Amino acid sequence: MLKTLGAQIREFKSASLATPVFMILEVLMETIIPLMMASIIDDGVDAGNLSHIFRMGGFMVLAACLSLFFGLMGAKYGAKASTGFARNLRKAMFENIQTFSFSNIDKFSTAGLVTRLTTDVTNLQMAYQMILRMCFRAPIFLICAMAMSFFISPRLAMIYLIAVLILGALLALITVSAHKYFTQAFPKYDDLNASVQENVSAIRVVKAYVREEYEKKRFRTASENIARMFTKAERILAFNNPLMQIASYSCIIAISWVGAKMIVGNTLTTGQLMSLLTYCMNILMNLMVLSMIFVMITMSAASAKRICEVLDEKSSLTNPENPDFDVADGSIVFDHVTFRYNSASAKPVLDNVNLTIRSGETIGVIGGTGSSKSSLVSLISRLYDVNEGRVLVGGKDVRSYDLDTLRNKVSVVLQKNVLFSGSIYENLRWGDKDADENACRHACRLACADEFIERFPDGYDTHIEQGGTNVSGGQKQRLCIARALLKKPKILILDDSTSAVDTATDAKIRKAFAEEIPDTTKIIIAQRISSVQNADRIIVLNDGVVDGFDTHENLLSANAIYREVYESQTSGGGDFDEGGAA
Amino acid sequence: MAQENPKPIQGRGGARAPRPKLNHPGRLFLKLLRYILKNYAIHCIVVVVCIFLTVFASIQGTKFIQTLIDDYILPLTKQQNPDFTELAHALFSVAVYYAAGAVAAYVNTRVMVTVTQGTLQNLRDDIFTHMESLPIKYFDTHPHGDIMSTYTNDIDALRQLISQGLPQLLNSGVTVIGVLIFMFLLSVPLTVITLLMVCVTLYATKKAGGLSSKYFIAQQKDIAALNGYIEEMMEGQKVVKVFTHEEECLSQFYELNDRLFESADCANRYGNMIGPFNAQLGNLSYVLIAAIGGALALNGVGGFTVGALASFLTYNKSLNQPINQMSQQLNNIVMALAGCERIFALLDEKPETDDGYVTLVRARSENGKIVETTERTGMWAWKHTHQADGSVDYVELKGDVVFDDVDFGYNENKIVLHNVDLYATPGQKIAFVGSTGAGKTTITNLINRFYDIQDGKIRYDGININKIKKEDLRHSLGIVLQDTHLFTGTVMENIRYGKLDATDEEVIKAARLANADTFIHQLPDGYQTVLTGDGANLSQGQRQLLSIARAAIADPPVLILDEATSSIDTRTEKIVQDGMDKLMNGRTTFVIAHRLSTVKNSDCIIVLEQGRIIERGNHDELIAAHGKYYQLYTGAAD
Repeated sequence: MLKTLGAQIREFKSASLATPVFMILEVLMETIIPLMMASIIDDGVDAGNLSHIFRMGGFMVLAACLSLFFGLMGAKYGAKASTGFARNLRKAMFENIQTFSFSNIDKFSTAGLVTRLTTDVTNLQMAYQMILRMCFRAPIFLICAMAMSFFISPRLAMIYLIAVLILGALLALITVSAHKYFTQAFPKYDDLNASVQENVSAIRVVKAYVREEYEKKRFRTASENIARMFTKAERILAFNNPLMQIASYSCIIAISWVGAKMIVGNTLTTGQLMSLLTYCMNILMNLMVLSMIFVMITMSAASAKRICEVLDEKSSLTNPENPDFDVADGSIVFDHVTFRYNSASAKPVLDNVNLTIRSGETIGVIGGTGSSKSSLVSLISRLYDVNEGRVLVGGKDVRSYDLDTLRNKVSVVLQKNVLFSGSIYENLRWGDKDADENACRHACRLACADEFIERFPDGYDTHIEQGGTNVSGGQKQRLCIARALLKKPKILILDDSTSAVDTATDAKIRKAFAEEIPDTTKIIIAQRISSVQNADRIIVLNDGVVDGFDTHENLLSANAIYREVYESQTSGGGDFDEGGAA
Repeated sequence: MAQENPKPIQGRGGARAPRPKLNHPGRLFLKLLRYILKNYAIHCIVVVVCIFLTVFASIQGTKFIQTLIDDYILPLTKQQNPDFTELAHALFSVAVYYAAGAVAAYVNTRVMVTVTQGTLQNLRDDIFTHMESLPIKYFDTHPHGDIMSTYTNDIDALRQLISQGLPQLLNSGVTVIGVLIFMFLLSVPLTVITLLMVCVTLYATKKAGGLSSKYFIAQQKDIAALNGYIEEMMEGQKVVKVFTHEEECLSQFYELNDRLFESADCANRYGNMIGPFNAQLGNLSYVLIAAIGGALALNGVGGFTVGALASFLTYNKSLNQPINQMSQQLNNIVMALAGCERIFALLDEKPETDDGYVTLVRARSENGKIVETTERTGMWAWKHTHQADGSVDYVELKGDVVFDDVDFGYNENKIVLHNVDLYATPGQKIAFVGSTGAGKTTITNLINRFYDIQDGKIRYDGININKIKKEDLRHSLGIVLQDTHLFTGTVMENIRYGKLDATDEEVIKAARLANADTFIHQLPDGYQTVLTGDGANLSQGQRQLLSIARAAIADPPVLILDEATSSIDTRTEKIVQDGMDKLMNGRTTFVIAHRLSTVKNSDCIIVLEQGRIIERGNHDELIAAHGKYYQLYTGAAD
């Protein structure tokens, strides 16, 4: 894990090295300054030597300036190294995600990827800065102060050493036991928030069933549990401060007592005693800081793990060594194809599928939910790889083509489709970035999208919001079809892409396809029989197996599943559609 | 010895957040204080006393260190046979102070844990309780993310404020005042100089903080832009692959990523710089006092002694830290108060009003007259207590709904429904059709008083629905929404939501009626399967079946149905449809229809356009009329 993450420091190695160096230099200054302070009191004030005060004061100002300089440099490089590290992490993850295949994407959810790229990176950025700035500073400070104490008086310094060991052990104990409660409490806290979320979005249900009191009771119980958990954890942490005080106060008293005897015995000066008392605070404080760093780092470990999962993920699809860059035609052959999303699962999603589709044919695909319609077509543009058998496009195995070439020639309109924020033109040009306005308009005409686009005040320059929220479902689907058409594909696949388009428009789109792009192989997945009945042939899928592959008429007479669906839809079970505005 | 805290650990986002603008920070602060004191007055007094004790012990400790050398050690060095008993006594009494201080610190933190967690719990409960009482309008007009953030970010900011901010502010304040008093007693001019240096430090902090917050704002903007882009691209990652758009996608990402790096770098840099500045200005102050004080003491000006200077220097040093802390805490407090403002704003929202007095009671028929009863008769009646003379009328609950010239708008000046007249006799099925935005959903929002009408009347069994207690009105109506919402919990609990005292048998019966029983049995734990994330582990069709079962168990005489348009496959669709039909059977039903069969089988079809009823009648009549319905039916219009 450290190796994966460390590789992303890249150009910020020098900043990452400079930060602790400056922080250590700053610490050195900060250990020297108390010495000067002591000297001001001892040799200046006590001795009545004003010039010594001035001279030492001058040195101290110099030391303070140096310390300031080091501090500022530490601040600068620390910021650069940590924010740069975060930038590289995001970059590396994003780049790797771009190489992901569909099955890689399926493995991480969208929300999971977003969290990794945002919150988790921020957590690591904080932790990294902390490590650079504090992880060296605190122990070095501790060691320096300890060394100075030993230098002044080994006997007194022993008191500190003992205090540090005891306090360190106790702090560790507190941190570990409080951490245990916190790790239990945080998921509960997330649950509570989830339940609030649920209530906010389902408020109509809550009110319709008059369940306000019931929900309040549930919430109160959850809220009380959380308060109890956090109270437990924080009560343990409440020992931190008094422990710290007891440790430092005990040190002060012990040192005063022993120190007094030593001063009387002339083995220690009063100034040295004062310095020792200052170091006492430094030592114990930094111990406290160390325990906090420890907590921070353990908390960010989970984020680091999640980030590494993305960084270490290897794409499950790779380009062949000598790829083919030419797709001859739009013919498709499924040759004994068996496919599983998860190679460990026993039951295949597609089982021994054999199909031969001629270039230019229009093929309908019909079948219930879970009959693997989408899986079938996703193999054609090699969104997934088959487990057994092979898929041929233009007479060659899809695995022999250059991926980009294949996907540009096989255009898929996905069932779960997305428009991006930007103008309609910009969205269309995803299909062909050099498409001129005429080409865009032509594609929209084929997809029957022109009529509503032209009604928008800004026409083709209309801005589409993120996720296409400002167009209706039917409009979105038609825009997605137009976008896919602009690729001028040899094979066009519509995966339930006109479900929200009304029947009449749906028919118009199919008619346009037949007339304007006759050479393109068209595969249409649909729920409505009316969408596929005019296709050259129709594939009936049932539970991953091809149950029938023939014309509408033949299927109607010979295929039971097809007939059932047909009858249910024509006998009053169909849509009462509202003009594509579903 | 003043408590020295470790260098402030960088919070989330690194640099300090910009100070949000608040209208009445003082008033808000008092409001919050009152809220805390309401339940924890005694606790707070204990905390304040403890803080004074801690600070007192700490200052005593500082004072002792000065006297240690002058009053105990130096005299000892001059004695022939040093007698340490006096020192031992002094150390013992200091130890007592210290012990008291440590105990006080423990009591203080521990009590604060109770105060913090208790107050947060009360606040959460109050917010939630109040939220549940708010009208639907509130939820329709406020982004859900904003409401959520009250529970998460705002409460979290408040936690920081109560548990750390307030006690530290008090602690620092008391320390500063205590130290200043001692300083004044030692030397007025030196105190003035020290205060001047404090002002310089505060000024520098403010400057650096200002610079940092400028970049911080830029950073927040860039974070928002990058996160937005990341979300969009991750959402559309499969489309990116299908269109081989990876390169373009990356180049825009690089640009946003680099921009964030630059602003984050600056924001963090200036944020980090505040610490070193403060520390070194503190050292400078020390040197200044040493030099000036030394000159004063050695020339014996105003009886200022060398011993006093030593003490003064120690005080000077212990002043720096609490002042820094105060300036930092003030910033945090303002931030937390912004959250506080949002919390109180939610608590101040007006709850749903209910002036209804007609209630729903169990009834039975006695010699043709309806009388109230406690038995489960299956018969219900509206209990109408007349306000004028206190006499009581009973009207049987049947499910007769009338709209009489109803006007409605989501806000006063924009009416979306005009002159709607409707009637549905018990058991009738009324279908609403029309294009999106025609006002179909709006009408159904009015019957259960999610929204109140502007003009006209809605009568339920002859009673104006404004006179019916909302709770009872809603009990008498069932609703199945297009967006199904399920709750975290078992399948059993989710169905029982419709009737909390339903037995397991009743739940299973309702599930059978809704055609949900079959698939529930196929779930890993059957009825005990736990659903999470709005039933994410179920298909759309299954979720609909559960929401139908939920309505079925409530067994209301009137139903409001919003048919789903989303494409579920034909077979599931048929099951759902069948379940809905069974549910509608024998009930007055208002249905926003999308399925042909539903519309065809309705007793009356209402065609809406732009908030007006333009056609009404049954299927055959409307087809014959060749109007809008005919167009919609034949798909002739877009």
